[in-house]
Amino acid sequence: MTQFDAAVAAVEAAIAAGARYADARVMHRRTESMSARNGDIEELEQNEDAGVGVRALVGSGWGFYAVPDMSDAAARAAGERAAAIAAASATVAGKAVDLVGSTPATASWASTCEVDPLSVPLSDKGDLLVRVTGDMHRAGGDQSTALYRIWDTHKWFVSSEGHRIDQHVRECGGGISTTVIGDGETQRRSYPSYRGQYGTRGWELINELDIAAHGERVVDEARALLTAPLCPSGETTLIVGGEQMALQIHESVGHAIELDRILGWEAAYAGTSWLDLTQLGSLRYGSDLMNIVIDPRIPGALGSFGYDDEGTAAAPRDAVRGGIWVGVLAGRDSASAAGLDYAGSVRADGWARLPMVRMTNVGLEPGPHTLEEMVAATDDGIMMDFNRSWSIDDRRLNFQFGCEIGWEIKGGKRGRMLRNPTYTGIGPKFWQSMDMLSSESLPWGTPNCGKGQPGQVGHTGHPSAPARFANVRVGVRS
Amino acid sequence: MSELDFAGRIVEMVKAAVPDADTEVSVDTTALALTRFANSMIHQNVADETTTVRLVTHLDGRTVASTTTVTSDEALGSFVARTVDAVRIAPLDPGWPGLTPAAALATSGTADESVVNATPADRAARIRAFVDAAGGLTTAGYCRTRHTHAAFANSAGHAVAGSTAEIAMDGIARTGSSDGSARAASAFLSDVDGAILGARAAAKARAGDGAVELSPGRYEVVLEQTAVADMLQALAMFGFNGKGVNERQSFLEAGAQQMDAAITFVDDAISPGMIGLPFDTEGTPKQITTVVDAGRTVGPVQDRRTAAQAGTQSTGNAIAMAFGAFALNLSLRPADGDSVTEADGPAADSSVAALVARMSHGILVTDHWYTRVLDPRTLVMTGLTRNGAWLVENGEIISPVRNFRFTQSYPQALGPSSVIAVGTHAIAVPNNYSQASFRCPALHLASWNFTGGASG
Repeated sequence: MTQFDAAVAAVEAAIAAGARYADARVMHRRTESMSARNGDIEELEQNEDAGVGVRALVGSGWGFYAVPDMSDAAARAAGERAAAIAAASATVAGKAVDLVGSTPATASWASTCEVDPLSVPLSDKGDLLVRVTGDMHRAGGDQSTALYRIWDTHKWFVSSEGHRIDQHVRECGGGISTTVIGDGETQRRSYPSYRGQYGTRGWELINELDIAAHGERVVDEARALLTAPLCPSGETTLIVGGEQMALQIHESVGHAIELDRILGWEAAYAGTSWLDLTQLGSLRYGSDLMNIVIDPRIPGALGSFGYDDEGTAAAPRDAVRGGIWVGVLAGRDSASAAGLDYAGSVRADGWARLPMVRMTNVGLEPGPHTLEEMVAATDDGIMMDFNRSWSIDDRRLNFQFGCEIGWEIKGGKRGRMLRNPTYTGIGPKFWQSMDMLSSESLPWGTPNCGKGQPGQVGHTGHPSAPARFANVRVGVRS
Repeated sequence: MSELDFAGRIVEMVKAAVPDADTEVSVDTTALALTRFANSMIHQNVADETTTVRLVTHLDGRTVASTTTVTSDEALGSFVARTVDAVRIAPLDPGWPGLTPAAALATSGTADESVVNATPADRAARIRAFVDAAGGLTTAGYCRTRHTHAAFANSAGHAVAGSTAEIAMDGIARTGSSDGSARAASAFLSDVDGAILGARAAAKARAGDGAVELSPGRYEVVLEQTAVADMLQALAMFGFNGKGVNERQSFLEAGAQQMDAAITFVDDAISPGMIGLPFDTEGTPKQITTVVDAGRTVGPVQDRRTAAQAGTQSTGNAIAMAFGAFALNLSLRPADGDSVTEADGPAADSSVAALVARMSHGILVTDHWYTRVLDPRTLVMTGLTRNGAWLVENGEIISPVRNFRFTQSYPQALGPSSVIAVGTHAIAVPNNYSQASFRCPALHLASWNFTGGASG
């Protein structure tokens, strides 16, 4: 029995049990992660999971059931359970659910991968982490860590409309970080970011990062931060570095344009959105420099795929064009509820979770400037980069970010380091103050996006570049 | 085959392949069902039942941990072989603490049949009651049932098994401009009443309509149980974690009077009615661990690895992650007092209302939201209020206020002479991202640092 056979059996059983639509995903996923601290391996984990998840639509209610068993009998039983669960939803029913069209495809897709990360010997991978963290610890990094993570996922998707799609996605990434302990506080520096950089790529991504070459600098910066002056409090011109910009996009744009949030489907937990669908196409989100694109096709970016978990082919779409809000992240049911005609942004965290609206690659198109030009054009301001903390309200408006490092900018030059830099603002006001944007774009990967109940972890990509913002409140502290 | 037999069988499979290896096996079968509603209708309704095997093998100074959900005979053989192959070439692990010796459990846990056998109809009925009790307000939330049967066995001859079950409900009611929430969790199905929670959420939402924006600054606060649970989560993750203490990234100092004398924190998964397994992922039996006793720090919770580094014993708080030791069942002891009843107005219950009645000028806070650490050592957190906040003057709720952002050191807020009163009614608060079950009363605190308002 093939994986497709199991998916077909599950879908057939759900339809036979009364579903008017059903789909099934068989998934097999292997993961591996390793971390080291101060020259010793701290954790080596290898995981494998596999199963079938069935989604059934009965009336206006969805039902979902998943089992870690791909036998014909188990798959059929799962389909029947999904339909029965959907029927129970009728106790508290609402408007009928419709799905926007999705061309039934028979297709295969695989991410590109030069070096299979699971084939690299554990000893080589371990030696790298041990050596780098040992060197960093000896250089003065009190708690110096390095990690990598690998995901190797096969999916087989079948729907009652005729989809039959298999995909093989390999994801990989990692990084280094050090924490130094001062008198009553800690300082942290990381490379290329706290959790590392990730993509739908192979071990070549880790090789390109060359983490060993950055350990000593990271430690030196962390130690220097212990005695650096505090980030001043007040309003100033702020230059946000590319790594922090990726999170700024993720939190204050990516989540805000999720259609399930806009429709109130996530109101109780993840929250809603400040965006109102009646303003789609006319609302000013940011300055003219702000162009946000949803694009799951970017080679190597973490949010890339061939088809989403509803079988919709990957396609680019504008979310913000010239500062005007023009698009959303949608699924087939949410798009129908909103009167839109496109989907393509639905994914699930494994076979045992219900697919839901998730970011793919949501990125800022590059601008006309360089970081050097932005600094030179700033008479008095602060630059911050490398996220240390993040918090935003349930409508995705009021945010506060802390960064690992800041720099004073005076007279067009980057000067002394500043410790504990933070900035806060209101999303549209902040984005409308963006007056310079760099062309130096990178597709940052975020492997830890939480959403949904039961909780799901999503992998998202965010092309971003340094940008400058006017009159930003900085230096918030306890 | 029971989880315990299953675990023992895998220990034997590894022993046959590498007789000298230290081996520990956890087998966990969890059935999770969650019915979710939004816009006053059920829109997501999911369930799965999954057995997960976790195998840790230590050989010649090297350690590998592997998990799988693929449990056919052939797949398990391959799983064991892969793990054994990996451990031969894994990097050295000098921190390996050795295996847990045989020890008896204090309890086998509570997995009440009413929760184990709960149906989609049981969950939907509670949601129907929540929606109806909200009296026409828009509602959203979930009702979840979950039960776990788990076993642990190792090559040192230690083998234990236990169970746990939980029903949890968490919902909001919404006016056009305000949300109110209510939530509850229990080991027993009948303890969670959708009608009570729906009415409470609706009362909060209605009392929150027309909120005004107040200036940021330091205010006295009454934090309801739902907000206090967020403090427990942060303290459990960062402050009370033995690894954080070992790495000097925690504020905790054993023997010091670091908190107000009204504050006692214990980790307790084994008292009757608690939600949690009776052993940790290293097989160590759970115990009742006092972390802070009447404000005086006793010490953090430990797993075997952090305990070995600290020269002490595991407290049964391993969670199978390099993260360290986690107080999954952290409880803040309530003050002695009368039994609790529902309250009129926005206060969650009569114990909260009693705290509000003693506040001269301050803010009543329902929930914290999106809290994150600014500095782990001082445990300075930033986050926002959510689902209702009110200005209180002379013991009276005067007006709903718009959400604040705060930037506040949690241990400082609980410091000596900072706690005006502890509520008399502790509840188990549903947790969204782990099997943690935090239990706490409301708190009346002398000062909370609100650093921003709704407008920025």
